[in-house]
Amino acid sequence: MKIAGKAIVFGDDINTDVIIPSKYLTTLDPKELAKHAMEGMDPSFADKAKEGIILVAGKNFGCGSSREQAPIALKYAGVRCVLAEFFARIFYRNAVNIGLPVLEAPGVSKAVNDGDFLTVNLEKGEILNETKGEVMKAVRLPEFILEILKDGGLINHLKKKIGGK
Amino acid sequence: MNLAEKILARASGRDEVKPGEIVQSRVDAAMANEITGPLAIKAFREIGVPKVWDNERIVLIQDHQVPADTVKSAELHKIMRRFAEEQSIKFFYDIGRGGVCHQVMVEEGHVLPGDLIVGADSHTCTYGALGAFGTGIGSTEMAAVFATGEIWLRVPSSIKVNFCGSLREHVAAKDLILYVISLIGASGATYKAMEFTGSTISKLSIGERMTLCNMAVEMGAKAGLVNPDEKTLRYVEKLARRRFEPLKSDQDADYEKTLKIDVSRIEPMIACPHAVDNVKPVKSVEDVKIDQAFIGSCTNGRIEDLRAAAEILRRGRISKGVRMIITPASRRIYLQALREGLIETFIEAGALVTNPTCGACFGGHMGLLAPGEVCISSSNRNFIGRMGSPEAEIYLASPITVAASALAGRIVDPIEYLED
Ligand code: SF4
Repeated sequence: MKIAGKAIVFGDDINTDVIIPSKYLTTLDPKELAKHAMEGMDPSFADKAKEGIILVAGKNFGCGSSREQAPIALKYAGVRCVLAEFFARIFYRNAVNIGLPVLEAPGVSKAVNDGDFLTVNLEKGEILNETKGEVMKAVRLPEFILEILKDGGLINHLKKKIGGK
Repeated sequence: MNLAEKILARASGRDEVKPGEIVQSRVDAAMANEITGPLAIKAFREIGVPKVWDNERIVLIQDHQVPADTVKSAELHKIMRRFAEEQSIKFFYDIGRGGVCHQVMVEEGHVLPGDLIVGADSHTCTYGALGAFGTGIGSTEMAAVFATGEIWLRVPSSIKVNFCGSLREHVAAKDLILYVISLIGASGATYKAMEFTGSTISKLSIGERMTLCNMAVEMGAKAGLVNPDEKTLRYVEKLARRRFEPLKSDQDADYEKTLKIDVSRIEPMIACPHAVDNVKPVKSVEDVKIDQAFIGSCTNGRIEDLRAAAEILRRGRISKGVRMIITPASRRIYLQALREGLIETFIEAGALVTNPTCGACFGGHMGLLAPGEVCISSSNRNFIGRMGSPEAEIYLASPITVAASALAGRIVDPIEYLED
């Protein structure tokens, strides 16, 4: 799986309240959630992400509550992949489960600037920064997580597995 | 291997696992409540398998909004009830039958030493008190567990917290864990397991060990664990719903880091607004006037907590300006407290005793705070807005400190207050 897009860079400890403020949790419509993605940090984010972007962040991305609405809001706003130094545990799982690729890449938040054009090779765990002409290593995803992501999330993945039997 | 590694190795059918590895594991039990359950049920239907993987290992518990406080809550309860019936879920704890989910899981024998248990609730880490690996997951993931009984987990590295010495009078397990949180911080154990060990632990009751493990997630941890001992085995013997095989850490197990704490030096601690790691000695925050005092929740709503509170409340009457809410964590605890005369003590002192529920703990119902109000609570989170108005302030402390403060009408160090 190759994913390409412009980078939007954030800092450390971005929590789920910033990613999707709790006042929007009553809606389960992903498109509605997407409108408010990262609103706590940058109200114009949804607009900037529309074209499809790669979100780059520092340490502990997605900390706070276990709300699944956080990765859903990002995904439907146009985030194709999140690269971070490391993720909060439940966010990481929820992202994979709803089919949003997440990659841990130590050093990434320093090496990438806002607006750099990135190509991520999920299988290889490689990030190509085309703007700077640099290649970075990320922590490679295990095979079965790749499978879940390729299927677009856990529910589809299971449906396929069960249907294929 | 340490306890967390051993449990994950067995659950994934391996001889050995190492931190960082991702393993596909079989769970021994799965729990959902009426807040996370209905979403999981919806996702389960999308997967399209007709039957759950095991109707005796899925435990469904109504606890957050019981009895139903709104039509919306009543609808959620109904979804759970229907699903339990349709899937012949053997262990469904409806209103009046159980209590707060984590307490029910433990006292009804669904958590056993050596188990891997997932719960659609972040405080599932409480089960480590019995030597089980309990961890919280989201609703979609729970749907997959309902369907398959399996989950992928990353093997965490472990932090060992070694407690030695004896607790001073009026110092409780809650003070210990608040102290640990002050050292590790609110994200210091992210992805990790925390193993609580040392000579102090063997003296603690199962309930006190639950208080420790319960708050592991407040440091970002995936699980909190205590190695099972004689006490654990005696506790589960009569309750166990299944066969089990305890596991223990090896003597030479690896830990990412070890903390040594002499508990005889720890004084009553309190987490101040609005972060669980904003911990101070209680005596440094005295003279904060309180409006509400709450004893309850999966952290500190157990029989030992109620006994400790009753012992203090027997000394007088709750201060005029304070409303005190006491919520036994389960039906069993409620009954036991009745039999011991604790409920009578509470009512005579001027407290309001509610039915077992999450209730005030997460600002669901039964005891919300108005703007500008201050609450001292025995629960586990003091985030902005957690117990009602975002303009209210929440302090977290032991049931002893909460009870003493309720008498005083302000936050007091129980050691100083009770010795006067
Ligand atoms: S008592 Fe509070 S912390 Fe425990 S499960 Fe209920 S709401 Fe969550």
